[in-house]
Amino acid sequence: MSNPNRTEKMLSDFSLSEIERELSKFPADRRQSALMAALRIAQDEHLWLSPELIEYVADIIQVPAVRAFEVASFYSMYELSPVGRHKISVCTNISCMLRGCDKVVGHLKNKLKIDFNETTKDGKYTLKEVECLAACAGAPMMQIDHDYYEELTPEKIDLILEELK
Amino acid sequence: MNSELIASRYSSRRVAANVCLPDPSIDKPWTLESYRANGGYQALEKVLSGSIPHTDIIDTLKLSNIRGRGGAGFPVGVKWSFMPRAADGQKYVVCNSDEGEPGTCKDRDIMRLNPHALIEGMTLGGYVMGATVGYNYIRGEFWEPYQSVEQAIKEAREAGFLGKNLFGSGFDFDLHNYLGSGAYICGEETALLNSLEGKKGEPRFKPPFPAAFGLYGKPTTINNTESFASVPAILRANGDWMDGEWFKNLGVENAGGVKVFSVTGHVERPGNYEINMGTPFSELLKMAGGVWKGRKLKAVIPGGSSVPVMPAENILKSNMDYDSLQQNGSSVGAGSVIIMDETTDMVAVLERLSYFYHEESCGQCTPCREGTGWLYRILKRINSGRGTMEDLDTLLDVANRIEGRTICALGDAAAWPVQSFLKHYRHEFEAKINAGITHSYPTANAA
Amino acid sequence: MSSIKIEVDGRELEAQAGEMLICVTDRNDIYIPRFCYHDKLSVAANCRMCLVEVERAPKPLPACATPVMDGMKVYTRSELAIEAQKGTMEFLLINHPLDCPVCDQGGECPLQDQALGYGKDDSRFEEQKRSVPSNDIGPLIATEMTRCIHCTRCVRFGEEVAGVMEMGAPGRGENVKISTFLNRSIDSEVSGNIIDLCPVGALTSKPFRFSARSWELRNHNSISPHDCLGTNISIQTLRNEVERVLPVENSDINECWLADRDRFSYEAVNCERRLTHPMIREKGKWKEVDWETALAFAAGGLTTVIESGSAADVGGLAASTCTLEEFYLLQKLMRGLGSCNVDHRLQQSDFRDDAVAPSFPGSEAAIADYSNFASVMLVGSNIRKEQPLLSLRIREGWAAGKTQISAINPVQYDLNFELTNCELAAGPNLVSRFASLARAIASETSKSLPEGISKLADASNLDAAARQMLEAADNGALILGAASQQHADASLIKAIAHWIGDATGNRIAVLAPANSAAGWIANCLPGSEGKNVTQMLSEGLRAFILLGTEPELDSIDGKSALTAMENAEFVVQISSFTSESVNAYADVLLPMAAFAEAAGTFINCEGRDQTSKVAVSPKGEARPAWKILRVMGNFLDLNGFEHITLDDVMEEISASVNLGSISASSRLKDWKIGNRTPSEKGLFRIADMPMYRGDVTLRHASALQATADNPAPCALINPKTIESLSVKDGDNVIVKNGSGSAALTLKVDSAIAPDCVHISAGFPETIRLGGHVMVTLEKA
Ligand SMILES: Cc1cc2nc3c(=O)[nH]c(=O)nc-3n(C[C@H](O)[C@H](O)[C@H](O)COP(=O)(O)O)c2cc1C
Ligand code: SF4
Ligand code: FES
Repeated sequence: MSNPNRTEKMLSDFSLSEIERELSKFPADRRQSALMAALRIAQDEHLWLSPELIEYVADIIQVPAVRAFEVASFYSMYELSPVGRHKISVCTNISCMLRGCDKVVGHLKNKLKIDFNETTKDGKYTLKEVECLAACAGAPMMQIDHDYYEELTPEKIDLILEELK
Repeated sequence: MNSELIASRYSSRRVAANVCLPDPSIDKPWTLESYRANGGYQALEKVLSGSIPHTDIIDTLKLSNIRGRGGAGFPVGVKWSFMPRAADGQKYVVCNSDEGEPGTCKDRDIMRLNPHALIEGMTLGGYVMGATVGYNYIRGEFWEPYQSVEQAIKEAREAGFLGKNLFGSGFDFDLHNYLGSGAYICGEETALLNSLEGKKGEPRFKPPFPAAFGLYGKPTTINNTESFASVPAILRANGDWMDGEWFKNLGVENAGGVKVFSVTGHVERPGNYEINMGTPFSELLKMAGGVWKGRKLKAVIPGGSSVPVMPAENILKSNMDYDSLQQNGSSVGAGSVIIMDETTDMVAVLERLSYFYHEESCGQCTPCREGTGWLYRILKRINSGRGTMEDLDTLLDVANRIEGRTICALGDAAAWPVQSFLKHYRHEFEAKINAGITHSYPTANAA
Repeated sequence: MSSIKIEVDGRELEAQAGEMLICVTDRNDIYIPRFCYHDKLSVAANCRMCLVEVERAPKPLPACATPVMDGMKVYTRSELAIEAQKGTMEFLLINHPLDCPVCDQGGECPLQDQALGYGKDDSRFEEQKRSVPSNDIGPLIATEMTRCIHCTRCVRFGEEVAGVMEMGAPGRGENVKISTFLNRSIDSEVSGNIIDLCPVGALTSKPFRFSARSWELRNHNSISPHDCLGTNISIQTLRNEVERVLPVENSDINECWLADRDRFSYEAVNCERRLTHPMIREKGKWKEVDWETALAFAAGGLTTVIESGSAADVGGLAASTCTLEEFYLLQKLMRGLGSCNVDHRLQQSDFRDDAVAPSFPGSEAAIADYSNFASVMLVGSNIRKEQPLLSLRIREGWAAGKTQISAINPVQYDLNFELTNCELAAGPNLVSRFASLARAIASETSKSLPEGISKLADASNLDAAARQMLEAADNGALILGAASQQHADASLIKAIAHWIGDATGNRIAVLAPANSAAGWIANCLPGSEGKNVTQMLSEGLRAFILLGTEPELDSIDGKSALTAMENAEFVVQISSFTSESVNAYADVLLPMAAFAEAAGTFINCEGRDQTSKVAVSPKGEARPAWKILRVMGNFLDLNGFEHITLDDVMEEISASVNLGSISASSRLKDWKIGNRTPSEKGLFRIADMPMYRGDVTLRHASALQATADNPAPCALINPKTIESLSVKDGDNVIVKNGSGSAALTLKVDSAIAPDCVHISAGFPETIRLGGHVMVTLEKA
């Protein structure tokens, strides 16, 4: 199951202590409940989840690697291949669509010269299309990393990217 | 980044009542201090220090006629009474803050603006149902609401509103936030439980229901954020302590109280409006500034993308409550009112919605896994002018063969829009097929 | 649970409240189609094929997940039910390739069958079909994942039954792809069962691939020779070739499962190294001859030896996989010659308790009981690899929370359940630790501990394990595995086990390899007058008759075995295979029928006798071993070798043993504690027999030889132990024991008991090392 002979340490002490904190939320025999958080914490540190990292996390949580991989591949926020430093997620679902997300998408694609699921050459941005992010009253909207940006216009997008520089 | 450009907590508009959404005049309503100053934690204190029997609370909730705000509209008091309170062993209360239904954005505001109401509501739930641990499952993208509730939990713990022996009652309750990672299906309550157990968010077949076999196989009650957050105000009853009538009378028969409606799409002032149940739709539309750009109303999806679409004439004669909307061919759902003006391309809208269900199907059961993709691909063809008239029959047939045959209601949710769009707007689909033109909305999604 | 009545298609049926509808209909032979449901797996209810109409339910309900209620009315063939089933079928087929003509599952495919019943001829699915990449998941299972219908049976099997989650279902929606992590191989020893479980052709048998269509195959019900359970199998043949082996369901024995060992060993039957002609060695050269010549040569050679010495200069050795009849005739032949030097216990080395031994090593508990014990104590047992299906039973009880399992083992084996208490002890320490367990039991119960045992005990505390056993009483089992039976002080271990069995009420199981029980019952044993296998091999004899065995590989002490063979004047080898080392020492090779080619009787650990039948005729000139022995008897002018059929042999055996009434008892008739075998200084070699090396058939089964359970031999050592040595992880080392040595790679493994080095037997590379002995290590 796990690999007892592994020695490489793939997460910082900070990340490991965060995982411990998540584990403490659940009964001791329910370590798997912290799997999603552990994957998220690992991804925060490495930007994406390599198979080795997934297996490393699986060992910490004490679940089979394939179990952790199932979870990592099920949820859309886990990245299973390398991404840019900033993830730009644009909602194209109904409320945003009705309020012109196509303009937002078009502007971002033009400006960054990438399509969805691509990363800019400088490795700075990855553009993603996402489903409704529950900010419909602020449509059209996007999320960059942790933050939501609403009522977007091309001009506002320019300012936002300017600030991110 | 500390930019003004980041969406702020103040962006949405609120009207009428302040049960879940605090009065806009309150400064920093999310702090414990503000919450306390406006009656917060009084209900919890009264219940616990007064040793009010849990049955009294259930009776009050039943009388208040509050129905679940997550979509299915099941009476909260009745659900709480299902928990085997006296049974030995751990029991759980779980809050569904996954808010993923397209068009819905109310729980986000409740967590950002009024996290303590949620905490107080869940703690009361724990007391009523004999659960000492609660989890609040928040969708993964909600980093800001997550932080807001984290902070509030910390405050509540420090103030002794969470933890051991609350108000000297001997009752312990602890609450943890759980952050999802991007999956609409985790809003379905049993998928949410699996996700909480660290698994893929695959719904479970019911029976058994969560009240018998929930988190870790233990009795569990799951309610929506708004449902929990309403409870303290219902018990406070604006001063008439524990008088269920107060809340009930804010609404109408079969739909007590007030509810938050997220009004989005083609309106002048999109936002969350907490209004009395049974308010005429036309009034709600007026509050939201009417259809934008002075255009005419074409159609409304009144409860989030999963409920049937209503043509203007049907919605305009409806009130915002369960019975009225149902009589007119749809339902309250999560209260997500999506407004579409006369220019809307209904084929493009349905294509986008079908893409959503196809994208979000968990994939475990056959009709949904295979059928949602099939629906989407047919619609994509039709919308790009490559459809045939037979496709329309196939669409309906496929939708009918998904509906009612799946493990969870996502299958139904994928079928209903197809059925209702074809029922009311079949001519638009036929026109596209006949014209063979390309779609007017450049749908952004990649196939 | 109370008994209720329900109505299905107008028929009134008895049911238990709360059981699933499909169980009731299956029991009453009412057919409901299904893909995901399997009665040994959890209910997933994901395929939606079993939808039926239930009165008052607004929607069709899945029969596999709908609990029955009193008075429920069900319609399995109503318009609603059929429409729902057809709907599911259409969905399943839209993305399923229509490649039945080239699919190995064709002809035995539930999807194909049900498509005929429910599918439509032409599809209205006009979109592009999905295609899913298939990856290599090892030598046993072929994948064609585009055919997968996501029933998750294979995933559930791994997780729930096998206890190793190798298959998973990563992805979401229609992108779910059943696969292993990073496309690693499937290494479970029971992996082949997912081939049977897969309802389509996504997972098929690699060795069987494209060799035949199921409808062309003939079934021959038989018994697997490799385990001590007598697993029921069906040998499937086409034009006199064995094409594959499948399980036959037997709820008392193997349920519906089969270990890979028993499923894939048949490949040996068709391998190139079959011995197909009698051969004799003349002037150092091998020569093919006819049977007459060969048998005369063999008889002549043996007679010469006997005449120039005595009959006691000849010994007979049989493999543990032989049948009852073969064991019987070999010992009869030996005794007819005047020698009692006959044995089948090649992996045993301590025979001090032969005189007081029970009638055969077995299990006092029935196989079916193994999933219900409150306690299982393993002593020297890697049960997962030694008796895989018994291990599944124990796992079942453990997973249900019924069973606590503890172990005293030389290696922290990778078992498919967790241990409550685990003591790591090998060699002499194993005995001490076991004696300490007895002491703990004595003190918990205030029974007096025999001095012989207390003398053996060490300082360790096994109170928790003792309590576990005592609480279970007769619902507990004490299992002695291979390492206990092979132990130099096996008689001490068995005596302690006997005492513990009496003190706790636990049932004792000595799980001996293969058909050993039959070897005992046929008296293929030296008795008090003959030499046992260790004596024969270490002291040497002038002549040997070998029956289905290559002693240098079958024995743990390969060194003695090989030396004895090399020094013998005359060796008669009766075997199905040729081998270089045998060719070097044997004088006559008599080709015997292989697995599936001969009939015979197997006796399992419960004492249950079952017969295997001939599935194919023997290759070339090979003959069933019983016939060879019988005619050899004639050539040697012995009396009582007039049997015409196998039944005649059986009749003769039955005259002395009543097979119907043998029952397994592992208690000794009388016991005393002997002396400990003195041990020298050095590292103790733990010499296990890897699961696919233990008999000659397995060693010729090519796919099994390529699995992860068959790693090339190396020297494994505990990280603490290596610190005291002048070698390091990864070094090439020379392992020495007296005059014998082996060149191996050293690997650190914390699962190995301290002060030991683990080196597998059963490989040519390690033959020269001797058995469980003290060795030294030096850098190569
Ligand atoms: C596909 C699907 C998605 C759902 N999403 C949500 C959601 O995001 N939030 C929510 O509260 N309920 C959601 N539900 C409803 C829940 O299953 C459940 O009925 C609800 O959380 C119960 O709470 P309530 O009784 O307070 O409404 C969803 C249901 C389905 C079938
Ligand atoms: S209906 Fe769809 S989302 Fe729901 S369980 Fe089935 S596959 Fe999953
Ligand atoms: S057999 Fe019942 S849903 Fe698959």
